[in-house]
Amino acid sequence: MKIYADNAATTPMSRAALDAMIPCLEKLYGNPSSLYAIGQEAKEVLERAREEIAAVIGAQPREITFTSGGSEADNQALLSAAALGQRRGKRHIISTAFEHHAVLHTLKKLEQEGFEVTLLPVHENGIVDVDELAAAIRPDTCLVSVMYANNEIGTIQPIREIGALCRSRGVLFHTDAVQAMGHLPIDVNAEQIDMLSASAHKFHGPKGVGFLYARRGVALTNVIEGGAQERGKRAGTENVPGIAAMAAALRESEANRERDAAHTAAIRDRLIAALAEIPHSALNGDAARRLPGNVNFCFEGIEGESLLLLLDDRGISASSGSACTSGSLDPSHVLLAIGRPHDVAHGSLRLSLGADVTEEEADYIARSVAEVVAYLRSFSPVWRDLTAGKTPFLL
Amino acid sequence: MALYSEKVMDHFRNPRNVGVIEDANAVGQVGNAKCGDIMKMYLKIEDGIIQDVKFETFGCGSAIASSSMATELIKGKPVSEAMKLTNKAVTEALDGLPAHKLHCSVLAEEAIQAALEDYRSRGGEI
Repeated sequence: MKIYADNAATTPMSRAALDAMIPCLEKLYGNPSSLYAIGQEAKEVLERAREEIAAVIGAQPREITFTSGGSEADNQALLSAAALGQRRGKRHIISTAFEHHAVLHTLKKLEQEGFEVTLLPVHENGIVDVDELAAAIRPDTCLVSVMYANNEIGTIQPIREIGALCRSRGVLFHTDAVQAMGHLPIDVNAEQIDMLSASAHKFHGPKGVGFLYARRGVALTNVIEGGAQERGKRAGTENVPGIAAMAAALRESEANRERDAAHTAAIRDRLIAALAEIPHSALNGDAARRLPGNVNFCFEGIEGESLLLLLDDRGISASSGSACTSGSLDPSHVLLAIGRPHDVAHGSLRLSLGADVTEEEADYIARSVAEVVAYLRSFSPVWRDLTAGKTPFLL
Repeated sequence: MALYSEKVMDHFRNPRNVGVIEDANAVGQVGNAKCGDIMKMYLKIEDGIIQDVKFETFGCGSAIASSSMATELIKGKPVSEAMKLTNKAVTEALDGLPAHKLHCSVLAEEAIQAALEDYRSRGGEI
């Protein structure tokens, strides 16, 4: 059995996205900035894509800026809000401890430039407390950036409440919606979102393309200089094939969203229930307020990379927050942020299911994980000490 | 290219000398769970020869493979020879490790050193 269960890392392109992309590569190769017909046709494709994407989130087309992906959109959103704050003498930014590194590293850079950053805790359930956010807002706060849903543990943040709070306090609100776009209903007006980042390859579009929504009146700072594309806010010849495919992918994801989410969430819950049967295991993040396809567990006494390799041998593609898979000495900052000790965080497993997942596949995954965890524990000195009572169980 | 060599994957998938020696006269454990790697080596030494060796490892694929390979390299060898086992020898025997995984082979070397140190502290001669 072959099961791709790493859709939070990237998704396969949909037929609709490929069908939108290939003609742009084959025939519509014109530069949208050129005045002759083939250039103008490409321009039309570009603007239609902008309209379609804007419509999905309730935005105006001119509020959508195409980027190379979610990371660029995050960078530009934060740097723009910081520049706007700077002009008004506001140099305080609020975010959370478990943001994507595209946000956290940009905030580090801003800190070096004299900004003050408050990272809110996300608690054991992986959800920001709106009252704590309210208490953290100061007169000099220029931006609140809270991700829509977490990329590792899938927990969905109270975006509507945060949006309302920020609006009432006159603070810009950015959300990294890379994991949520195409999977959750998003309405930038109802949720009072000022800026939002998204990436095509997380909703069956191609890699290397994404967009930044910025509410009208929120001036963007250029991250890439050199041309008048994207109303002068993002230079570089537009990735027309990628953008057309992104729009087609998003349109399709949105059309199927409710049906897919209901199906995927049911399978997710079946898988969570099965994995919870493994002794000394724990679900990471809130059980209900999480992305439809996200399952994230810690298993005590084992290490994540060896778990992934053995699952790969059984045809299952997944990921882990262990240090060995991140290439650093520390395990996932997300798992540490929800209070998992290092020892336990090394033994984490993220399964992010696609909408085509079946009950049989979920049962196969659950069986495989249980067997591999038991096997790895059979020669783990950590597990030996735990079962011998030499060290206390943490889960 | 795959992350690991065929040799590493073979030793990871089919680790040699896994387990515990109940009457071991040399036991060494290195690493810590916080960092994500722990290796424990059990040696049975008789007449200066490592008659048997077993290991238990909590760690990534290369940690398990390094432990397995290290036990193969010292099994049946004189203690004096095991003392000289280097992480380089373990790495080479595995047909190499990715740069950020070299510490796994160091851990294997250190686990054997720790076990031999334990043997010495129990009065064994090296």
